[in-house]
Amino acid sequence: MTTPLLQVRGLSVIARTGQRDITLVDRLSFDLGEGEILGLVGESGSGKTLACRGLMRLLPAPNLRVEGQSVRLAGHDLLQLDEAGMRRLRGRELGMIFQNPSSHLDPLMRIGEQIAEGIRLHQGASRREARAEAIEVLRQVGIPDPQSRVDNYPHEFSGGMRQRAMIAVALGCNPRVLIADEPTTALDVTVQAQILRLLLELRDRRGLSMILISHDLGVVAQTCDSIAVMYAGRLCEHGAKHEMLARPRHPYSAGLLACHPAAQPEAVRMTTIAGQPPLLDDLPAGCRFESRCPQAMPLCRQQLPELLEASPGHRLACHTPLLAGGLS
Amino acid sequence: MSATFALRVRLAWNLGNGRLTLYCGLAIVLGWCLLALCAPWVAPFDPLLQNGDLRLAEPSLAHPFGTDNFGRDVLSRVIWGARVDLQMALIGVIFPFLLGTCIGAVSGYVGVWLDNACMRLIDIVLAFPFLVLMLAIMAILGPGLGSFYIAMALVGWVSYARLIRSQILVLKQSDFALAARSLGFSHRRTLFGHLLPNALFGSVVFCMSDAVLVLLNGAAVSYLGLGVQPPTPEWGTMVAEGQSFITSAWWICTFPGLAVVTLAMGFSLLADGVAERLGDRS
Repeated sequence: MTTPLLQVRGLSVIARTGQRDITLVDRLSFDLGEGEILGLVGESGSGKTLACRGLMRLLPAPNLRVEGQSVRLAGHDLLQLDEAGMRRLRGRELGMIFQNPSSHLDPLMRIGEQIAEGIRLHQGASRREARAEAIEVLRQVGIPDPQSRVDNYPHEFSGGMRQRAMIAVALGCNPRVLIADEPTTALDVTVQAQILRLLLELRDRRGLSMILISHDLGVVAQTCDSIAVMYAGRLCEHGAKHEMLARPRHPYSAGLLACHPAAQPEAVRMTTIAGQPPLLDDLPAGCRFESRCPQAMPLCRQQLPELLEASPGHRLACHTPLLAGGLS
Repeated sequence: MSATFALRVRLAWNLGNGRLTLYCGLAIVLGWCLLALCAPWVAPFDPLLQNGDLRLAEPSLAHPFGTDNFGRDVLSRVIWGARVDLQMALIGVIFPFLLGTCIGAVSGYVGVWLDNACMRLIDIVLAFPFLVLMLAIMAILGPGLGSFYIAMALVGWVSYARLIRSQILVLKQSDFALAARSLGFSHRRTLFGHLLPNALFGSVVFCMSDAVLVLLNGAAVSYLGLGVQPPTPEWGTMVAEGQSFITSAWWICTFPGLAVVTLAMGFSLLADGVAERLGDRS
């Protein structure tokens, strides 16, 4: 197997509060191949977004820091780079799109200028070339009549078009890896499907790799090649999509799948996983899912399971994995 | 009847939402600008020409605003004075605006110790009464328009800095700031290219009302003998000069005083109108 495009090894995001360190994202490791779409799923607060912000080294608060062995991308180790080197890589190699397109576009700048700014910065294009390129990118993301739309302001766009515009802004810099942080959560179902189709199309046309953060398993099932499940700051299972959907082995992954309404169409009440995830400043010594796990054993309480390769291409962090699909 | 007429006029001219205030203010300010520009042709007399025969002449057809104790035509002096006073209002606003905006933006964006230092500096400036500090600076620099502008910039920047800083503090947490950073933009580009334009609304409005303050300050400073020096026609100086004749020749200080009031009102109306129009947008 060739070396993957993005190789993350032991990435942690740590918060310093007072004298204590709290690990919010704990030793995340994964590979992302060229043209691969990785779905990162998990409940709110499980550290999906923070992990990706850590990858970009754009953490939301000054008391947070990134640690880890290495994050290799395009011959660079992102953890060794200084701020200037990181800035050159952001946008050009690593693009990011966000959940809420209306607030992530500069309200006072024309759409075209926002796309062109990145193109000019990273490719050194002239004003005119950048504008032509911006129109081209807008066409690629499916904005009708890009010639005139390029001069519109964000408030003149609809929600779905703004999301397309934001994708265009990120694509203008021609990144190799696109991190999409819940790109469809703010959109209605039909627009959501269009945006997902667009992302797949871009993958096929540009060979773009993607990390898709979502808590919607439906979205992930439609688009991703592999799925990684996070719980309380840790990766608990990572494998190919079909394997993960058909035969989840971690009790938490299985629980998440069982919670999806499509899993039991006749059920009157929705299935849930009882209990709450542990507080990150008061973590148990053992498995973090232990208190909610139907499979828990005494060992789970004592020892934190490490993420190990269970079968080729499938990694798992569990002492008591499920053998076949569904909860036993 | 008159109410419906007024309503019809408002609708016909599209005067709702602060447009009326905006247009009134604009008309007054532009009127004064026009007078100032055309002063050589509009003013009936040379503002510096002294006429010994016509000292303290009452308003008449030849001299609608009367003459002062040197026999100079007050109307001509008011018109020429508009040049100096408008220039004072403009430059006296622009420098504090630029200085305050830069300091406030950088202070709010960088935060931590720099922000603390800037805020304490602002506290120090604000601890003194505005005019006292200005007079102290002007006393050091010596009288004249140049030192008025410098004193204005050194004292006036604080309000702009505080306004901009508070806006930047909110905006730097905003999503589009993160989006800009995620595209590999430097801090400088993010701050000055994306955050600052979004933070300027408030201070642009404040600019207009600040022009009133600067105008009155300029007049006050000139009145105290530190600003514009005689015989240059300037409204504040004219009021000061006419003061001793207030009982015998009221027109010498009344008309320049009225000029200050109308221009100040023009700026105020403009500020209100702009504020309402911008509020309308966002």
